[in-house]
Amino acid sequence: MRTPAEQGLSGELKKLSATGGARIVALREAAAKAFNDNGLPHRRVEEWKYTDLRTLVREALPISTPAQSVVVEAHARLLVDTEVRRIVVANGAVVPELSGFADLEPGLSIQPLAQALAAGSDVVTRLGSLEPGRYDAVLALNTALAVDGVVIAVAPGTVIERPIHVAHVFSGKAAASFARNLVVLGEGASLTYAESFEGPEGAAYQVNSATEFVVADASSLDVVRVQEEGASAIHLSTLLFEVGKDVKLNAFGFTSGAAVSRTSLYARLIGADSAVSFNGALLLKDRQHADSTLFVDHQTTGCESRELFKHVLDDSSRGVFQGKIVVRQPAQKTDGRMMSRALILGDDAEMDNKPELEIFADDVACGHGATCGAIDDDLLFYLRARGIPLKEAQSLLVQAFVGEAIETVANDALRDALVERAETWLKARA
Amino acid sequence: MAMLDIDNLHAKIEGEDGREILKGLSLKVNPGEVHAIMGPNGSGKSTLSYILAGKEDYEVTEGSVTLDGENLLEMEIDERAAKGVFLAFQYPIEVPGVATMTFLRSALNAQRKKRGEEEISTPDFLRLVKAKAAGLGISQDMLKRGVNVGFSGGEKKRAEILQMAILEPKIAILDETDSGLDIDALKIVSEGVNALRSPDRGMIVITHYQRLLNHIVPDFVHVMNNGRIVRSGGKELALELEANGYAEYQQDAA
Repeated sequence: MRTPAEQGLSGELKKLSATGGARIVALREAAAKAFNDNGLPHRRVEEWKYTDLRTLVREALPISTPAQSVVVEAHARLLVDTEVRRIVVANGAVVPELSGFADLEPGLSIQPLAQALAAGSDVVTRLGSLEPGRYDAVLALNTALAVDGVVIAVAPGTVIERPIHVAHVFSGKAAASFARNLVVLGEGASLTYAESFEGPEGAAYQVNSATEFVVADASSLDVVRVQEEGASAIHLSTLLFEVGKDVKLNAFGFTSGAAVSRTSLYARLIGADSAVSFNGALLLKDRQHADSTLFVDHQTTGCESRELFKHVLDDSSRGVFQGKIVVRQPAQKTDGRMMSRALILGDDAEMDNKPELEIFADDVACGHGATCGAIDDDLLFYLRARGIPLKEAQSLLVQAFVGEAIETVANDALRDALVERAETWLKARA
Repeated sequence: MAMLDIDNLHAKIEGEDGREILKGLSLKVNPGEVHAIMGPNGSGKSTLSYILAGKEDYEVTEGSVTLDGENLLEMEIDERAAKGVFLAFQYPIEVPGVATMTFLRSALNAQRKKRGEEEISTPDFLRLVKAKAAGLGISQDMLKRGVNVGFSGGEKKRAEILQMAILEPKIAILDETDSGLDIDALKIVSEGVNALRSPDRGMIVITHYQRLLNHIVPDFVHVMNNGRIVRSGGKELALELEANGYAEYQQDAA
C-alpha cells in the first residue's frame, strides 16, 4: 500500500533532471528506483521509529519554483548581522544577486551546484560519494530531485578566515524544496561553514537539504547550522562527513523551527587520530517534533568523537536523539563519548533517547549518557531569593543549560549570534 | 512597630503528613539590631530562615510575619527580596553556566525594577562590585565563573556576603554562615558582615556555636528549641550556652 505522498513523490521522480553527465544521471536514477522500491520510512523501521514519515508527510507538495529576489532578501533574516560571506539559496536555487561570489580569497571556490554540474567541474566528482551505502529515503529523494545548491572547495593549505554562510530561505506558497551542497576541504585547509534555514510561519512547506563534507587530512572544519523554519514546515536534512586523518571537525546545530524536523548525520572517520564533535541545542515548544539521528563510524585508529545534545522542551514538544557509534575492529584506541540532556519545561513534553554503541575493537574507551529533568527547584529558589522573578530565573537557567552546548562553537561572531537566537526564543516564551 | 515582626508562627512541612516544625515562634527585630538564634540540631532554625525567604516546601498554619507592617507571607520569593529580605544560605548552591557577574546584575536590577528604581549603569555596577569584592578577597576570576562553581566552602560564604553587600537588604538572615569555615575565613566573613551593620538594617544570625558571636557581637541572643524561642537574653547568654550546652532546654521541651 502506497500513501498519497509516496504516489505523489513517485510522480515527481518520473521527471528527473538530465544535467551533470552520466554518473550524476545514474545516481539520480538509482535513488529514484530505491525510493520507488522502498517508499517513506515508518515506525517499524528502527532508525525512524520515533519519526514516522509515512504518517507525518501527508502529501507530496509540488516542487518549489524560484522566488523573487526582493522577497527573498526581505525574508533572509538569520545571521544577517554576523560577519560572513553570504550565499543565498531560495526555494532550493541559488540567488546570485544576493550572494557573495565576488572577491573570493585565493584558494577558495564557490559556485552554484547547477552551474558546476553544467560545466562538469572537477569537484563534482565527489558529489554523492559520501552516501551511506544503505537506503535512506530522505537522502534518496534529495539525490534524485535536488538540482541546485552550493559547491565550495578550499584548496590544500588554505585557511579561510571569514565564515561562509549558506542562507536557505523558503518563500511563497507551500511547496517542496530540495537543495544539495558539497563542501570539499583540501589537505591542511581550514573553513567555518554555516548554514541556516528559515521560511514563513504559516505555510506548510517542506525542505529537504543535504550537505556532503569531504574533510581531507590535517584540515579543520567548523560547521554551524541554524534551523528556524516556519512553525508549520517539515524540515528534513542530511549531513554527510568523510573525515581524513589528523582532522579537527566541530559541527553544531541550533534548532527552534519547523513543526517536524529530522536531521540525519553520517560521519565516516577513515583517517587516524582525528577529533570530531557533533553538538546541538534544540529549543522546542507547542507540538514541535525534532529528531537528531547520528551515525559515527570509526573505521581506523586513534580518533576521538564527542556528541553533546541539549534539548529544552516546552508545552507538548518532543525531542528525539538517536546516536550510534560504531567502532570497527581496526579502530583501536578510539575514544567516543555521547551525552544527551533534556530539560523538560512543558507538562506534556517528551524526550526519546536512544544511544547505541557497536564496538568490534578491544582497546577503546566509549561511553554514553542521557538525562531528562525539570529545572532544579533549589536553583530556582536561590535565584528568586536574590530578587530575580520566576520567568527570568527560568530563562537564565535555560540559557545556562543550552549555553554548555553553544560554547562549543569556536567562531566568536557565530557563537554570539547563537546565544542571541536562544535569548530570542526565551523572550518569546516569557 | 518592629521592622520584622514574627508573631506566634506555626509551620509544617508541606503535604498531608507534614511534621510541624515551628510551634508558635515570636521574634521582633528593629532596625540596627543584630539577633542571634542558637539552638540544637532540629530545633527549626533553618526552617525559620527558609520560611522568611519564601521557600515553598513549608506551610504556615498559624501566626503572621510582617516587614514594615506588610504581610511577608503573601509575597512571592523575589518580591520579598526586593522588599529587603536576604537569606545567606547555609549551603550556597552552584549555578553552572550563569556567571557571577550576570547573576549579581540580574538580581540587583530586578530588585531595583520592582522598587520602581532605574537600572544601574554598567560602569557603576562594575565599580560597585570591584569595591565590595576587594574587601572580601574575591578575585575577578571568581566573578567571571559560574555562581559558586568550583568555589571552596569559604569562597562560597564570602560570595554570599558579597551578594548581601551589593543588594543592601533591610533584613539579613545568616543561616549558619560559620559552618565549614576555618578561623581565617571566619574572620574575613565576620568582618564583611560587621561592615554591613547599619542603623537601618536588622540581622538574624543563626548559629550552633558561640564562636561566631565573638566576631559578630549580637545585641540579643535567643535560644530556640522544638520550634519556638525558649529563652532570650543579651550577648552573655551565648557564653552561658557555650558552657552548659542546650541540655536544660531540651529537658524542658520533653
